[in-house]
Amino acid sequence: MKGNIIKYQRDNIDTDVIIPGQYLKVHDYAELATHAMEGLDPDFHKKVKEGDFILSGKNFGCGSSREHAPIALSHSGIKAVLALSFARIFYRNSVDGAFLLPIEIEEDAYNGIADGDEIDIDISKNQITNLTKNQTYSMKPFSDIIGKIIDAGGLFNYKP
Amino acid sequence: MNIVEKILARASGKSSVSPDDVIFANVDKVMVHDVSGPGVLKVFDKLKNKGVDVSKLWDPTKVWVAEDHFVPSAEKISAENIVKLSNFTKNYGIEKHFKYGMGQYGICHTLSHEEALVMPGDVYVGGDSHTNTTGALGAFACGLGHTDIAYVLLNGKIWFKVPETDFFKLNGKLPEHVMAKDLILKIIGDIGTDGGNYRTMQFGGTGIDAMSVESRLTLCNMTTEAGAKNGIVEADQKVVDYLKSRGASNAQIFKGDNDAQYANVYEYEASEMEPLVAKPFSPENISVVREAPSVELDKSYIGSCTGAKYEDLEAAAKILKGHKVKIRTEILPASISIYKRAMENGLLSIFLDSGVTVGPPTCGACCGAHMGVLAKDEICISTTNRNFPGRMGHVDSQTYLSSPMVAAASAITGKITDPRDLQ
Repeated sequence: MKGNIIKYQRDNIDTDVIIPGQYLKVHDYAELATHAMEGLDPDFHKKVKEGDFILSGKNFGCGSSREHAPIALSHSGIKAVLALSFARIFYRNSVDGAFLLPIEIEEDAYNGIADGDEIDIDISKNQITNLTKNQTYSMKPFSDIIGKIIDAGGLFNYKP
Repeated sequence: MNIVEKILARASGKSSVSPDDVIFANVDKVMVHDVSGPGVLKVFDKLKNKGVDVSKLWDPTKVWVAEDHFVPSAEKISAENIVKLSNFTKNYGIEKHFKYGMGQYGICHTLSHEEALVMPGDVYVGGDSHTNTTGALGAFACGLGHTDIAYVLLNGKIWFKVPETDFFKLNGKLPEHVMAKDLILKIIGDIGTDGGNYRTMQFGGTGIDAMSVESRLTLCNMTTEAGAKNGIVEADQKVVDYLKSRGASNAQIFKGDNDAQYANVYEYEASEMEPLVAKPFSPENISVVREAPSVELDKSYIGSCTGAKYEDLEAAAKILKGHKVKIRTEILPASISIYKRAMENGLLSIFLDSGVTVGPPTCGACCGAHMGVLAKDEICISTTNRNFPGRMGHVDSQTYLSSPMVAAASAITGKITDPRDLQ
């Protein structure tokens, strides 16, 4: 899976900046997408392209249980978020709803990948290749249940 | 097993479970509100389009519905969401729907304890991150998103990875003017906003035994801000009496085994605790009130599931009595039952005499929804739970999180004020 990186070099990107509370009443996915990342980067919806990835630091998606957060990112075109760690509800919402892939990375990928770099994510090998810089990094493998739910295409398609 | 392991073993039909086991737990209670409810219905629509039968819930008697985030309806989209909720409960035969303007209603987490909707030992999931609050009744209480709640509503179960448990022990009784809010802010300052991620935060010790059920609810409420899967206090006689006084005759004490294991134990001495604030823009950005920045406040907000329970209002009233507020101050009791007690016991008169605006129960400005949101550059002291950029309104507003006593004292002076320093 190839795409370009939008990098936010900071920890604790919370759901209030991913999709501000005033939009929680909105359940139109396309409209939510126009407000994605508004609390941090008001131009996000103009620059994001279909198939892009977000790269960020620790505890991405902390805060509320709002599924609006992965929905807004996913309907903006984001296919995966790469982060040093994820807050638990954002992580399971992303996977159970099959909105995007939450990929845990190490410091080498966080530091090595720059905004705008093109990368290739190979889940079968747990490997990330930076096509712009010709570097490779490992990603943390998905746990057993997460891998199975992703393969099934979300919780409703998963047969325990 | 500790209490969470015991609850999850029982709920998954296993004799025992250990941290990292993945289980499907049968759920005892489910909550949705005016934000997560319409979100769940959207998931139902998607499922219906794929040919999945969504015509019946697994058990409508185990589901209850709150109206809290955008009520009384803020504008037409939120009004439509309330109509959707009414249709949802009517179509699926859900009887426990707490409607505003029709008697008891309020913030979902507050209703969970005020209405004794959750019992010790239950697996309780809600479509809201602060579902953790209700763990103070000795339940496994955990917040989930729309897809997961939709799954529970149709199947009655959901997957969990059994969490590791950290035990937070409070030795001794908190001093006067120091509240449970101060303790949980202290803990979040120590472990950070991801210090509890994927984990259980359990509270115990002589200080917790001495605490009211409402104070324990404040502790569990903000385990969410440390990223925890759930917060919990083992149910004791106090919890049983609390629930029985609210009509739950079947409430029983439920505890972990004597040889319960914890990943980490943190100890706190109550006598060393002081009033604290969390400075912008993170709940982990802690300062002792007496060392807080000397900013000119624009507003004091006493509301939310965290800071507008009856005892929170009582604490604020004690401070406000006989004083006038110097800045805009809003108090929004978290439920109608609390509002009524505040009226009967004279708290509302104290608030109104001090110049405070008393509003209806709502999540309101806590999440930047309505009823007092902040303008650019405005600075607020608030009894709520989060202070991320834009949380209570404009992205360039600022929120200091505090206890109700500190918010009330600060309302009187217009500066961040330790209630012990009030003249």
